[in-house]
Amino acid sequence: MHTSSNRTRDLALTATFAAFIAVLGLVPAFSPFGFPVPITLQSLGVMVVGAVLGPRRAAAAVLFFLLLVALGLPLLAGGRGGLGVFAGPSAGYLLGFPVAAAVIGALVYRRGAPYQLGHGLVATVIGGIIALYAIGVPVTAWRAGISLPAAMSGSALFLVGDLAKAVLAAVVAGAVHRADPRLLPSRAPVDTSAVPV
Amino acid sequence: MTVLATYVPRDSPVHRLPAGVKLTGLVLAGLGTVLLGRWWQSLLLLACVAGLYGVARLTWRCLAVQLRAVALLVAAIGVLQIVVAGWERAVVTCGNLLALVALAALVSLTTRTDDLIEVVVRGSGPLRRFGVEPERVGLLVSLGIRSVPVVARLAGEVRDAQLARGAATRPVAFLVPLVVRSLRHADRVGEALIARGVDD
Repeated sequence: MHTSSNRTRDLALTATFAAFIAVLGLVPAFSPFGFPVPITLQSLGVMVVGAVLGPRRAAAAVLFFLLLVALGLPLLAGGRGGLGVFAGPSAGYLLGFPVAAAVIGALVYRRGAPYQLGHGLVATVIGGIIALYAIGVPVTAWRAGISLPAAMSGSALFLVGDLAKAVLAAVVAGAVHRADPRLLPSRAPVDTSAVPV
Repeated sequence: MTVLATYVPRDSPVHRLPAGVKLTGLVLAGLGTVLLGRWWQSLLLLACVAGLYGVARLTWRCLAVQLRAVALLVAAIGVLQIVVAGWERAVVTCGNLLALVALAALVSLTTRTDDLIEVVVRGSGPLRRFGVEPERVGLLVSLGIRSVPVVARLAGEVRDAQLARGAATRPVAFLVPLVVRSLRHADRVGEALIARGVDD
């Protein structure tokens, strides 16, 4: 289905956008009210990459970003890196990142061109918040030894910030798709994210 | 790469262990902590991990830097556990958590990134039937590591252009050009790889 030159271009996109997510982590994190999980632009990057690259390439880029972190590069927000971050209580959110990107990408690419803000926002909320929390919250509950409702109420603290990020990500994705209309497939029954670039 | 990596060079038995052995040990330890349910077992595990840092000839500072990232979160969990389930449960949960984070960090501190990449490339061999090509994984990793400073430079350029136009640093006005420039950069890298015959 894929020509090899498309695969090579996808390889370049994967590497570049893994780096893009990493660079967004270099923007300093802030912890509202001294809460222990810092809020960063990195999860915003995951949302944008999903909506821009589509499910397959976005998941690859995010997975690859996590691989670079696991290899010991301090690319995670706040300069963290190494295998330690995958043993911590918020590891579920990291593991949820590729799923979030894939869900957003699948919903956006399924609809195809032109990118519509309302639809894009719904897609970003479903993937970047609902799917992400569905993985992150149970893992936090398990790793921290607390009940699911307790972990859920803890994550509610981030909901407002994450909603703001979803709006921002949808606006950014819309502008990028207007600037580069070749990315999205034209509106037709298409079941693949691979587009001849 | 060494500037970026968490690796701390030392001459120690832990450093000399093959990367694959260390990674396997880490996974087994992670599975093993599920079995630890007594408070003294968790403290013993923590002491063992701290001992390994000694064997690896790493300073306490190395360990502290690694644990600082999760310290606040673990403290919050600890307080919650003491209130909800008592101090013994709190020691077990927090002790196991800290020990695993420290152990995983130990692998990163004592293993060169190149060696870990090699394990990844070798480990992706069995994934061949799912369309993963180990040679491409190696290329991807080195390409990705080199892309980080490139995209960071692009981000700096976008920021400079914004400031030159007197535009405030709004996130959308920063992110859109950054994504578009990153797409163009990826295009050029793709062209270059094809020109060098990577897509055989």
